[in-house]
Amino acid sequence: MRRKWTSLIAALLAFSLLAAACGDDDDGASDGGGGDSGSCETIDDVSLQLQWVTQSQFAGYYAAVDKGFYEDFCLNVTIVEGGVDIVPQQQLATGVVDYAVSWVPKALVSREEGVDIVDVGQVFQRSGTLQVSFAEMGFSGPADLAGKKVGSWGFGNEFEMLAGLRRNGVEPGVDNEIVQQSFDMLAMISGEIDAAQAMIYNEYAQVLETVNPDTGELFQPSDLSIIDWNDVGTAMLQDAIWADGGRLGDAAYADQTTRFIAGSVEGWAYCRDNIDGCVDVVLANSPVLGKSHMTWQLNEINNLIWPSPAGAALIDQALWDQTVDVATTEGVLSAAPTAGAFDNQYATAAIALLDAKGVDVVGNGWSPIDVTLLAGGE
Amino acid sequence: MTDSVGGRVSAQTLASVTGMARRLVATVLALAAVVVLWESYKWMGGRTDDHWPGTGFGLPVRTNDLVMPHTGTIWEALWDPVQRGRDQTLASFLFESARFTFNEAALGFVIGTVVGLALAVVMLRFSFAERGLMPWINISQTVPLIALAPIIVTWGRSSILSDSQAVSVIATYLTFFPVAVNALQGLQSPAKADVELMRSYAAPWSQTLWKLRVPAARPYLFPAFKLAATLSVVGAIVGEISSGVKGGLGRAVLNFATIYSTGPEKLYAAVLASALLGLFVFVLVSAVESFVDRNQDHLPANVSSAAGA
Repeated sequence: MRRKWTSLIAALLAFSLLAAACGDDDDGASDGGGGDSGSCETIDDVSLQLQWVTQSQFAGYYAAVDKGFYEDFCLNVTIVEGGVDIVPQQQLATGVVDYAVSWVPKALVSREEGVDIVDVGQVFQRSGTLQVSFAEMGFSGPADLAGKKVGSWGFGNEFEMLAGLRRNGVEPGVDNEIVQQSFDMLAMISGEIDAAQAMIYNEYAQVLETVNPDTGELFQPSDLSIIDWNDVGTAMLQDAIWADGGRLGDAAYADQTTRFIAGSVEGWAYCRDNIDGCVDVVLANSPVLGKSHMTWQLNEINNLIWPSPAGAALIDQALWDQTVDVATTEGVLSAAPTAGAFDNQYATAAIALLDAKGVDVVGNGWSPIDVTLLAGGE
Repeated sequence: MTDSVGGRVSAQTLASVTGMARRLVATVLALAAVVVLWESYKWMGGRTDDHWPGTGFGLPVRTNDLVMPHTGTIWEALWDPVQRGRDQTLASFLFESARFTFNEAALGFVIGTVVGLALAVVMLRFSFAERGLMPWINISQTVPLIALAPIIVTWGRSSILSDSQAVSVIATYLTFFPVAVNALQGLQSPAKADVELMRSYAAPWSQTLWKLRVPAARPYLFPAFKLAATLSVVGAIVGEISSGVKGGLGRAVLNFATIYSTGPEKLYAAVLASALLGLFVFVLVSAVESFVDRNQDHLPANVSSAAGA
């Protein structure tokens, strides 16, 4: 009798041992190493929450880790990737991360709901959101979208488009049809909708990675026309570094914030000057990503950052005001954000650090490269 | 050891080997049937412009290469490099991811099983606990996992748990339920007369539990373990997708889902890998079950054996 139960227990034990034996490869993060952290009195552990999983949209942060730029500023940075249900500014608010990357309007909504977060570094100076259609439709501006089926992602990604339509005399949903669109371009390619929402660094490229059934070749940029909300004047600021407002009063956190921005901007400057090397860092961090797609993405992200006329990560008051204006008129925000929603002092101090280090934080010399997309973004 | 015992063992081994072979053949045949069904449906849709032949009724699923890539395309994708310029194939990458997810699921399964068994024993011992706990146990499974997962991950991050351990907690949440419910049913399964006989021996509660109730519960337990094992994989994958944990199948599914429109075969490959992992843990528990069976003397779990021990 006893034997039966010892054998059951033995079997269960063996099973859990098997599980334990397989379970030893926890992420032993290897941090490039080699930087001279010798000049640091202490190294601060810092975590950064991304909005999504690894991709070139976040290349600068990965490059800063990989190339030791954070280390130069006495920081040990852990990058926390996003997921389907991860809201970066909420992770920041609950204190499980030190900084978060988030689009400005979305973060301002959280701020309005009482979350004390501050935009301390406006990395993307321009918006990457487009409305894309086939060139043969002949759309050149928002007014042309009257009477058309227009795709919208929803989830707060649609307000530049809605405002752009309204300000050009097209009442969304009345003068045209707004159709819920998934985060791909299938509906546009199959002709179900006339114009689709797309990020220039992602979905737009996906069209160019798709074979045009009429030609048997990939779709070409000349097949497409775009409406760029930056040109229409309803663009909203996107990726920014947000800090915990409650902790900024603490001198140590404030100083760490400056150094974190400095390291991040140096990472982005590296990605501007070394596109291939930077893409390699991204690919090494996620082996499922397509190389040509990620190269395209980084090139376009660089376009959103560089040049930064006043200096990278500084918030342009005019674009901030435009973002707030669109957000309030579209009902995203009930009122303009309270004072202190952004603060340029940390980025200003960071730029001074980088100037001393000889890093170009303006990027006037930046010009985009030609990226050849392959089928499927391979 | 006598010859007859040796003969018995080898006959048993032979029987289990042929049984396994039969099951393997059945699995391969079932897989082949799915492939044939898939391809012929696709072929039919291609000929009828996605309609049922001879009717105006559309097919429920469109058959173009984007919605239903050829099974051969999926197979080929498995052996292509996971990333241009890398040595690793997609298959090998998915295998690594499956191992990662297996670890999370296994931890969740082990904890969930222990919790489930403990709950069952508590509910058996104290009937007020059964009345009080059972509704909550049932309600727990109606909470949508995708609502719960980010909460658990955030809790984990504010405590000592790593993200992948938080994912194991999510797997635990799914696994304890079938174990608790089935174990309780099994522990309550002995006939009243048997329980009363134990009482007439003045056997203490714990002895009744070990000698009567637990053996009687065994047939209820393994089906629950099998269900729990597959659920632990589901929980781990959903948890990974929800929280963006890196390294597992959930992340692979998430990444490939975003490029579905340009490479659907990769997502199908990841889904296939998830299904295979589910199958693997099921087979693993079945193997443990037959191992335990073989090391038992196939005594019926009744009082005569308990009393004779």
